[in-house]
Amino acid sequence: MASAAQSRIKSISYAKYGYMFIAPFFLVYCFFQIWPLIYTFILSFKGNQANNAQFVGLDNYSQILFGTGSSEGASAVHEEFARALGNTFVLWFGNFIPQILLSLLLAVWFTDAKVKLPGKGFFKIVMYMPNIITAASVAALYVNLFGDSKYYFVNATLMKLGMITDPVEFVAGPTASKVMVMFIQTWLWFGNTMIMLMSGIMGISPSLFEAADIDGANSTQQFFNITLPLLQPIMVYTLVTSMIGGLQMFDLPYLYHNGANFSKQLETVAVYIYYNFNKGTVDQANYGYAGAASIVIFAITAILGSITFYMNRDKDAIAKKKQRKKAEKQMKAKMKQGGLSI
Amino acid sequence: MSTKSQYGEAKDNYHQKLMAKSIAILVVCILLTLICLVPIYILIVNSTHSSNDLAQNPSRFFFGPHLGDNFKTLMNNLPADAGKAAKRVAAQYSSAFNLGKGYLNSLIIAGFSTLLTVFFSAMTAYGLTVYEFKLNSAAYTFIIGVMMIPVQVSSAGFVRFMYSLNLINSFIPLIIPAIAAPAVIFFMVSYMKSSFPLEIVEAARIDGCTELRTFVTIAIPMMKPAIAVQAIFAFVANWNNYYTQNMILKNADYATVPIMVSKVLAFDKNVDNGVNYLCITLSILPIVVVYFILSKFIIAGVALGGVKE
Repeated sequence: MASAAQSRIKSISYAKYGYMFIAPFFLVYCFFQIWPLIYTFILSFKGNQANNAQFVGLDNYSQILFGTGSSEGASAVHEEFARALGNTFVLWFGNFIPQILLSLLLAVWFTDAKVKLPGKGFFKIVMYMPNIITAASVAALYVNLFGDSKYYFVNATLMKLGMITDPVEFVAGPTASKVMVMFIQTWLWFGNTMIMLMSGIMGISPSLFEAADIDGANSTQQFFNITLPLLQPIMVYTLVTSMIGGLQMFDLPYLYHNGANFSKQLETVAVYIYYNFNKGTVDQANYGYAGAASIVIFAITAILGSITFYMNRDKDAIAKKKQRKKAEKQMKAKMKQGGLSI
Repeated sequence: MSTKSQYGEAKDNYHQKLMAKSIAILVVCILLTLICLVPIYILIVNSTHSSNDLAQNPSRFFFGPHLGDNFKTLMNNLPADAGKAAKRVAAQYSSAFNLGKGYLNSLIIAGFSTLLTVFFSAMTAYGLTVYEFKLNSAAYTFIIGVMMIPVQVSSAGFVRFMYSLNLINSFIPLIIPAIAAPAVIFFMVSYMKSSFPLEIVEAARIDGCTELRTFVTIAIPMMKPAIAVQAIFAFVANWNNYYTQNMILKNADYATVPIMVSKVLAFDKNVDNGVNYLCITLSILPIVVVYFILSKFIIAGVALGGVKE
């Protein structure tokens, strides 16, 4: 019943338009992302500072990873990188654990139909708010509120209340500053994680909870036997994106300090990379170390990313594709048989 | 009879328990709300106090009378009889935190980046969902695969490349790369798969509509909800992007809002706490105001798996 126009359209190939529509993305992506990535890879095999044109092989890698290599200060280079990696992990772990626990608790409460909570929408809006504030401003805000001397808001208030006698070094103190960064990271991200988990919980069929209710399961039992197992894919996704996000932690650790220089006790891998390629002119910067550290991070991200990719793949689509291929094969086989019989 | 009363008791108990639980949850939520809002409130309060007042009593909870004075210092608009020290402070702040220029630079970068991101991501998503071609699934797999590569990984090469192209202190490396936003494409492809009927494209073809025109006049209006959500997230992300902006924009004339804040934060001498707080307030105010206007929209977007950076 197809009209002439329709059948003509069917015979036109539209494939070239597909390529035209996706071309801008690939051109720009290759120019501004792929090539810089390859260039970073190349730089990781080249020297630092004035030697930045010289090929040094794996020297940068052996310096940052094992502290061995041509440079005299190789062990210092390794120590700094190892410390940055350690800081990154400590800061990530210290903000992820409270963040996921708090978000999970809130998400369960907010989606519980039995609990009548006034102002649910308002709470959600307020709790997400820190996430949209410029991280640089957040760092500045906390440095000014939690300044180290008695002339800053938090120390002054705590002393007035008699909770402390001497000001606490929230910014310069090695442990206190780490705890503060963990707290601020949690403050920034718990609203986001909560909303993501909420949408996950709301995807669980309510009849499961109703049935559990009728069977007499209390909310703790429901949480551990229904919510948590069915939330697993989203939890894995949250975990991995948070780990990758943790590897990128930059603005806050870089800016949370007194005075002009970033504080070494908060130096993350992202800060390490940035500091090394961004000091002074090209001849003063350590592109080699920065490049090698970048590639190490890239490798870690690639592993983490492929885990999520594997867990989030569209299982239905893959099954369908397999079926279609199978059907095609059968068809072909039949055609062959048919051809032979003639 | 006894069973009835027992039943009633159980019911009462259940209700009491539920009430207690609700109240406990409410208390926790109010506490968290305070933790979220109090720092912002104290920030705004402190920007209305002078540095001297804050030095005498840093623990202030109510608004003061010096907002105008702090503004004058920030704009380097002091009265003629102001002391030398005050003038030095004003000169320092006004050169590091040039309000008009900073907002304009941030607005240009975030505005154009957002436009490019949503238009080209919609275009790529359209290309991937509407047309069947050989490399279609390979292209989509590539986009998903690179979605999680952190920007830090390629930034050393990026900066060196920009130096060699002489694009340091230019907005081009901050705006043009916005065309390629894999995460936004991923979101738009899933949106199109669920709510864009392909028959419409065929109908447009029968009516003689060209492919590009079909995309611009039919697909884009139909994708408005997805585009709006992604536009908000892209704008916020670009407005807040301190990392890339700080490594490309070295010249003070091109400084954006986050860069200006970091400069104020790095002052060692002539620090005026009141003006410090005012700078931070001004840097977050536009985005907080816009957030509260669009909040319902944004929350819905996050729930849809909105992209975060």
